[in-house]
Amino acid sequence: MVKINGEFLPVDGKTLAEYLETTSFDPVIIAVERNEEIVPKSAYNKVILKDGDILEIVSFVGGG
Amino acid sequence: MIPTREEWQRTLTERHGEELQKKLSGATVAICGLGGLGSNIAVSLARVGIGKLILIDFDMVDITNLHRQQYKAEQIGMSKTDALAQNLSEIAPYLEIEQHNVKVTTDNIVGLLHNADIICEAFDRPEEKSMLVDCVFEMLSDKYLVSGSGMAGLGSANLIKTRKLTSHFILCGDEISDISDGMGLVCSRVMLCAAHQAHAVIRIIAGEKDF
Repeated sequence: MVKINGEFLPVDGKTLAEYLETTSFDPVIIAVERNEEIVPKSAYNKVILKDGDILEIVSFVGGG
Repeated sequence: MIPTREEWQRTLTERHGEELQKKLSGATVAICGLGGLGSNIAVSLARVGIGKLILIDFDMVDITNLHRQQYKAEQIGMSKTDALAQNLSEIAPYLEIEQHNVKVTTDNIVGLLHNADIICEAFDRPEEKSMLVDCVFEMLSDKYLVSGSGMAGLGSANLIKTRKLTSHFILCGDEISDISDGMGLVCSRVMLCAAHQAHAVIRIIAGEKDF
């Protein structure tokens, strides 16, 4: 199981890009933290989610 | 009359203590975007006695900025970098300022930011916020990044918070209130988020690890 934004999900084995495709997250406006490291966008299709991984996906909103 | 550099430094040291003030005076902080977040972050950091600020924005001061950004009516039409540098120099005459009147892109980001110890993300658009985070952690991974997301509208001040996502990435804001959701940006709430970002910068410089 992979913990994503506090929820345990059975997505181990998928790449991060494959997981994101099943969600409403828009890769253009997010930042992904995996096990306390930021995952670069260029690695979304290389990073394979593993059992025990902890992810936080932040979706930026406008205004500054 | 403007105090001498020595008087200025002595007064700051009396306030903050010698150890912290030395760290603050030796720090270089880059601010990407000089709107409601960036201009307010800059004022806080100038007042606290940061040694050097790198100010980056491509825009000009507009009448629509004045309800929340640290500019004056007479500065309408000036570049934000020039206008803010002028205002900061009046507040903190010994602050070192580096100005870049450009748009931050993936091509110029390393050149603009490699001398900074800490980078503040203070853009308007979510795409640009995300791009900056991505580029910093891909190309400048030794830097600290303090970002702002979610400060629009009239929601409670208490919903604005500071969250540590990694050892080098701090996120401030309520993470929800989008500028496109209705009411735009209100000065006091934008200043709250800017104050969270400025305070995170100061805490990083002070060596705090917990957020």
